[in-house]
Amino acid sequence: MRCHDFPKLELPVFSSAHAHFICKMAAVQGGLVDAVEEKTIKSEPVADATANNSANDARAPSSSPGSGVSPGVNKPAAGAAEDQQTLLAVLQFLRKNNLSESVEILRREAGLPEDSLDQKGGDSTGTGLGGPEADGRTDAGSLLSRVTVSSSAPSKAVAEDQPDVNVVLSAYSQQGDPALYEVYYSGLKKFIETVLDCHRAELSQVFYPLFVHMYLELVYNNHENKAKAFFEKFSGDQECYYQDDLRVLCSLTKKEHMRGNETLLDFRTSKFVLRISRDSYQLLKRHLQERQNNQIWNIIQEHLYIDIFDGMPRSKGQIDAMSGSLAGEAKREANKAKVYYGLLKEPEIELPLDDEDEEAENEEGKPKKKKPKKDNMGSKSKKQDPNAPSQTRIPLPELKDSDKLDKIMNMKEATKRIRLGPDNLPSICFYSFLNAYQGLTAVDLTDDSSLIAGGFADSTVRVWSVTPKKLRKVKSAADLNMIDKESDDVLERIMDEKTASESKILYGHSGPVYGISFSPDRNYLLSSSEDGTIRLWSLQTFTCLVGYKGHNYPVWDTQFSPHGYYFVSGGHDRVARLWATDHYQPLRMFSGHLADITCTRFHPNSNYVVTGSSDRTIRLWDVLNGNCVRIFTGHKGPIHALAFSPNGKFLASGATDGRVLLWDIGHGLMVGELKGHTDTIYSLRFSRDSEILASGSMDNTVRLWDATKAFDLETDDFTAATGHIHLQDNSQELLLGSYMTKSTPVIHLHFTRRNLLLAAGGYNP
Amino acid sequence: MAEERRQKQCSVTLPTESMKAIAESIGVGQLQEESCTALSEEVSYRIKEIAQDALKFMHHGKRRKLTTSDIDNALKLKNVEPLYGFQSQEFIPFRFASGGGRELHFYEEKEVDLSDIINTPLPRVPLDVSLKAHWLSIDGTQPSIPENPPPVPKEQQKVESTEPLKVVKPGQEEDGSIQAKGQGAAQSDGKGKDKGLIRLKPRSTHELSVEQQLYYKEITEACVGSCEAKRAEALQSIATDPGLYQMLPRFSTFISEGVRVNVVQNNLALLIYLMRMVKALMDNPTLYLEKYLHELIPAVVTCIVSKQLCLRPDVDNHWALRDFAARLMAQSCKTFSTTTNNIQSRITKTFTKSWLDDKTQWTTRYGCIAGLAELGPDVIKTLILPRLTVEGARIKAVMEGPVISNIDKIGADHVQSLLLKHCASVIAKLRPQPDVVDQYRTDYGYLGPMLCSHVMKARTQAALQAQQVNRTTLTITQPRPTLTVSQSGLSGSTGPRTPSIIKVPSSLALMSQRPGTPSQPSPPATKYIVMATSSGAASTQQVITLSSSQSASPVTTSVHSATSALQPLVKLDSGGSTGLTASRPLQKYIVVSLPPSASSSLEPKSTVIPTPIPSASLDGGLKLERSDSPGVRTQSPH
Repeated sequence: MRCHDFPKLELPVFSSAHAHFICKMAAVQGGLVDAVEEKTIKSEPVADATANNSANDARAPSSSPGSGVSPGVNKPAAGAAEDQQTLLAVLQFLRKNNLSESVEILRREAGLPEDSLDQKGGDSTGTGLGGPEADGRTDAGSLLSRVTVSSSAPSKAVAEDQPDVNVVLSAYSQQGDPALYEVYYSGLKKFIETVLDCHRAELSQVFYPLFVHMYLELVYNNHENKAKAFFEKFSGDQECYYQDDLRVLCSLTKKEHMRGNETLLDFRTSKFVLRISRDSYQLLKRHLQERQNNQIWNIIQEHLYIDIFDGMPRSKGQIDAMSGSLAGEAKREANKAKVYYGLLKEPEIELPLDDEDEEAENEEGKPKKKKPKKDNMGSKSKKQDPNAPSQTRIPLPELKDSDKLDKIMNMKEATKRIRLGPDNLPSICFYSFLNAYQGLTAVDLTDDSSLIAGGFADSTVRVWSVTPKKLRKVKSAADLNMIDKESDDVLERIMDEKTASESKILYGHSGPVYGISFSPDRNYLLSSSEDGTIRLWSLQTFTCLVGYKGHNYPVWDTQFSPHGYYFVSGGHDRVARLWATDHYQPLRMFSGHLADITCTRFHPNSNYVVTGSSDRTIRLWDVLNGNCVRIFTGHKGPIHALAFSPNGKFLASGATDGRVLLWDIGHGLMVGELKGHTDTIYSLRFSRDSEILASGSMDNTVRLWDATKAFDLETDDFTAATGHIHLQDNSQELLLGSYMTKSTPVIHLHFTRRNLLLAAGGYNP
Repeated sequence: MAEERRQKQCSVTLPTESMKAIAESIGVGQLQEESCTALSEEVSYRIKEIAQDALKFMHHGKRRKLTTSDIDNALKLKNVEPLYGFQSQEFIPFRFASGGGRELHFYEEKEVDLSDIINTPLPRVPLDVSLKAHWLSIDGTQPSIPENPPPVPKEQQKVESTEPLKVVKPGQEEDGSIQAKGQGAAQSDGKGKDKGLIRLKPRSTHELSVEQQLYYKEITEACVGSCEAKRAEALQSIATDPGLYQMLPRFSTFISEGVRVNVVQNNLALLIYLMRMVKALMDNPTLYLEKYLHELIPAVVTCIVSKQLCLRPDVDNHWALRDFAARLMAQSCKTFSTTTNNIQSRITKTFTKSWLDDKTQWTTRYGCIAGLAELGPDVIKTLILPRLTVEGARIKAVMEGPVISNIDKIGADHVQSLLLKHCASVIAKLRPQPDVVDQYRTDYGYLGPMLCSHVMKARTQAALQAQQVNRTTLTITQPRPTLTVSQSGLSGSTGPRTPSIIKVPSSLALMSQRPGTPSQPSPPATKYIVMATSSGAASTQQVITLSSSQSASPVTTSVHSATSALQPLVKLDSGGSTGLTASRPLQKYIVVSLPPSASSSLEPKSTVIPTPIPSASLDGGLKLERSDSPGVRTQSPH
C-alpha cells in the first residue's frame, strides 16, 4: 500500500548491499552467483503474475542491510546469511514498480562487491513511507544522521513478501515419483541407522528438514493421500521438540493451504541450518551419490544449509542442546561479530556536600565508604572497559538534574544493599492483583520500586503507587497560570491535591495491553497492545502523549532503554522496531525472525537490543547499524522472558518449554541450562549484583538460581571456536529455592535497589 | 501412544454431515458430496489455523484457558470480522438433538422476555482490581500465612495417609522436609509388613514452634471459652488457616478427649463446641483428616448416639446436637470412605445394630436414625423405610399407651418427627402420585397417615419451588433443572451441605469455666440451646454394603443416664432475627430455621447471630422447624 513511490535514490542501497552479500556468499559456498542470475530470469514471469505485491508490505520490512556511518563498526556480520531469493525479491519489486533502470543497475552490480556505503535510505523501504529523508531526517540532527533501517538477515525479508510465494513454491514443482518418496526416506533412514555411532546423531539432524520438505513437495504436487501416508509413517520419528511445527504441517493437506501459511513459507524461504562435521558430511554425500538418490540430494542442496566444521562429530546431547529452532541452528558466522557488551562509564556526579555532611551525622563511616566509591568510579573511567562501546557510539540523552539526584539515591541505596548468595537468599514480596479475572497481561515496576503498573485484557493500563506517596496529576493550564513560579516549592504547587489517589487508570488502547514499561526517570509509561499501537503516557498528567503506529498487528512487548529516550517494540509482524520518544517513526527496524517477536529487552549499555521469538530463537541486534550480531538457538518453545545480567555479559532466556537457558554474549555460546519449571516462564531477573537469578513461571512458582555458580565455568578455546558446548546437568545444585504462590502465575519479577525481590501476578481463584 | 495421537491429529476433519447441516441451516438445499468433502477439509484447516493463532493470544494473555476473546483476536489477525457479542459465561450452549436418524448439535436461542430482564435486580458489580502485597518468602523461608499455599498440599496429605509407602522413597529422607516423613503411626503399621524387608518408619514429629504453641493455646481456649465472638473467630481460623497441618494431631486428641470427658459430665455446651471444631477442621480446604479419623469418628458418633448428653434430657435440646453430629458423620463418610477403610458400611452397621435392639433408649434410637438418614436417600430407602411399621408401632405404644415417663414420650415424639422429616421426601420420589391415606396406613402402619400428609406437602413444596426457580433465576441459555433453591441467590453461602447451627448466646452466668479444660462440669446448661435445621440431603450416596468384616464399635456410650422428670421447656430462637454484629466469619452459622413462609426466610441471609428470644415465645419455634423441614428437604438436588 505504501511503498509504491519507491525513490530511485535508494537503489544503490539494494544493489550494493546485495552485491556485497553475494560476494560474501560466493566466498563461502562458491558458484552461487550464477545460480542467482539464472533463477532470477526464470522466476520473473511468475512473480509478475502475483498482483498482491503490496498488500502485505505492512509486514514486509526492509530487506536492505543498510550500514551506519562508521565503516569500522560495520563489519558485515550478517554477510553470511544470503540467499538468492532476496535478490530475486528485490528485482521483482523493482520490476513491478516499473523501475527498469534500477533493475539493470542491480543486475549489473550484483557481482560487484562494494563495501563502503554511506547512504542512509534503507529507512524508506523499511517504513515504506516513501522518502522519509524529507520529513524524518532533516529535523533530527545528529542522532538521525545515523538513522538507517536495516535488517541483518536479508534472507528473511523475502519470507514476508507474499509475491514470492509462487516463486518459492514453484521450487517444489520438480517432481519425483511420489511413490518413491517413502522408499527414499526409509532408505536414508536405514543408512543412518547403520552408520557408525559417532556419526549417527549428526546425520539424524537431516531427518526433520528432509521430512518436512518431502512432505511439502508431495502436497504441492497434489499427492494428497501419498502425503498423508508419508506423514503418518514418519512423523513419529521426529524429535519431540518439533511437535508444534508438525502439528501445523499435518493440518496442511492441500496445495491451496500453502499459500498464506507463514510457518510453511518460513520453511521454504529460510534454509534450514545444520552443523555437521566434515566426516559425517562426506559419509552422507557418498551414500547419496552412490545410490544416485537425486531426490534427497536436491533437497539438501536447495533447502538446507550445511555448516561443515572440522573435528570430532558432536554427540546427541550437544546437538539436542542447540537444536529446536524453526530454522535449525545458527550458522557459526552469525555469532562471530564483536559485541561490545561492557557497561558504559557512569557519569561522574558530584555528591552535594551538604548531603554528605548529613550522612556523616547520621552514620559514621558512611562518607568514608562513599569517597572511595567515587574514586573507584573515577579510576574506572580512566581505564575504559575494553569490551564497552565508546561513550558516544549511540547518542544518549543528557542527564537532567533529576536524573542525577536519582543516581545519587541509587548509590546511597546500593551501599545498603544486601549481599545475596546461596546462604543468604532474598526475601520475596509478592504483589497479587486481585479481582483481575484472568485479565492481567503485563506488569512493570519502576527501578526505584515506587510505582507498579499493570496492563489488562480490558485495554486499560493501571498505575499504582506502592509507597505512601499518592499519585497526583498536574493542575490544569488555567490553574497553573495562577501559581507563583518563583516560589521554592513550585514543583509541589503544580500538583493537584484533589486528584491524589493510590491508583490511576489510563484509557486509550482498544485491545489487550501486552507490554508495559516505565521510563527510567518515572515520567513516562509505555504500553503496547493488541491494537497495533504503542502508547506513551505521561505520569505527570496521566494522559496519553503519543500513539506510535507502525506495527499493524499486535505488539507483544515493548521496553524503554535503560538510558531513556529510546525504546524497542516487537510483535506479530516479526519486526522489532527501535523508536525514540520524539519521533513518530521508528529509527531502526530489526527483521530476521521467522515468527512473532514475543519479547524485547535492551542491553544495559543501550547499544544492543535482544529479541525473543516464537521461532524459538533469540537475536541480538546492534542498535547502531541494525545488524543482527547474535543468534541463539536451543529453546524448544516460544521465548517469553529475557534478562541481561547487570554487568551486561550474560543473557538469560525462558520459554514455554519451562527451561531457562544462559548465554555468554561475548562468545556467543550457551553456558547453562536450568531445568525445573513445569510451565511457561514469563519473567526472569538478575539480582543487582548478578549473584542470583530469579525466574517466575505460569506454574505458580518463583525459583531462585545460583547465578554466580552457573556462570563460573571455563570455556576452552576449542569450545569457543566451534561453539560446541558441553552442558552438565546441574540444575538441582543451582536451584536455591522454589516458592509456590497460591494459584497466582508469576509474570513479573524485580529486584529493588537493596536486593529485595518483588514479584507480581494476577490471582486466579 | 504419542504416535497414535499425532496420527489422529493428522486426520481429524469435520464430518461432511456437518457441512450439509450448516448448508441447510442457511438455506442451501442439496449439497454435493464432493463439495461437502472439499468444504469440510477447508473448514477444518481454517479452524485449526485460527485455533493456533488464538493459542498465541492465550500465551500472551498469560492464561491457561483459551477464551472466546482469543478467538476473536485471532480472527482479527486474519482480517475476519470477529463474532461480536458472543460471550459465553459458563458453558458453550450447544444442545444435542437426534431424530430421523440424524444427530445434530445446535445452539438454542431462547426467546427472552425483556420485561424479565428489566425486572430482575441487577447483578452485583464485580469488584475492581486491587493490589495486595504479602511475603512470599522471608530470608529464604516461606511463612505459612493464608496468602501462601499450605506447606503440605492436601493431595500430599492424602497420599501420605492412603498410601503411606509411596511417599517415603529411599533417598528422600535427606530432603529434610519434615512433612514428607510425617507418617501417621496408625496407618503405617499394617502395610509395613507387606514388604519382605523390615523398614522402620521414620517417626513423625509434629514439633510446634513457640508461635504455634501459643496459637494452639489461644484457639483451643477460645473454642471452648465463654466469649462467643472469640469462638467464632477461632473457628473461622481453624476453617481457613492453611498452616494447621502440624497441629492436627493435637486438635484431634483435644477433641476426642474432650468428648470423652464431657459425655460423662453431660456437658452439652462443650460437646457442641467440640463438634463445631470438628466441623471447622473438616471445612478447612488444606487439611486432610483421614489420619485422625480414628479419634474423630468415635467422638462424633458418641455425640450422635449417646444415651444422655445433657443433665436434663427433657429440657435441653440435645436433639440438635445429635442432628449436627449426624451430619458431620455423613460428611466424613462421604469424604473419607474408601474400599479399604469401609467407614460408611461400618458406621451403618453400628447404627443399624443398636437401632434394631429393643432395649435401646429413645435418645440413642433417635441418634441412630438421624445418623442413617443423613447418609442419603439410598440408605433411607434400604434401611429405614422397611422398618417404619415396626418403629411406628413402638411409637404408638409410647404415645397412646399409659404414660410411663415423660422422657420416653419426648423421645418418641422426636423420633416420630425425625422419621417423618426424612422419609417424606424419599417416599415422595418412590411412590406414584395418588397419595391415599389408607394405602399409607397399610404400608407403614401407625405412621402412615402422617407420612401421607407430609409426602403431599413435600410434593407441593417441590412443585412450588421448581416454579420459583424458573421465575427468579433468569438464565438466558437455559434453566437448569438441578438448581438448588436459591431464590435470592444468596442463601447458599456455605455450600450445599452445611450443617448449620444456631446458638443462643449465653446469659452471663454461664460460661464461667476456664477455657482449655473441657472437662469442667458446666453449670446448668439451661440456656444453651442449639437448633439446627437441615439443608438438602445429598443425593449421591453409595448403596451400603453390609458385608464388612468387622463391625467397628467406635462408640463410647459409657454414660449413665439420669432421667429426671422435668417439665419440657424448650427454648428456641426463631429464624429471621435481626443480625446484630454483622461480623463476617459468623455467617457460617447462618441458620435456615424457618418461619412459616419458607421463601421469606431465605432472604434474610444476613442473619448472623440470632438474638436470644424470651423463652416464652420460643415454643413455637421448635414446631415450626419440624413442620417446615419436609419442605426444605425437597430442595435437594435431584
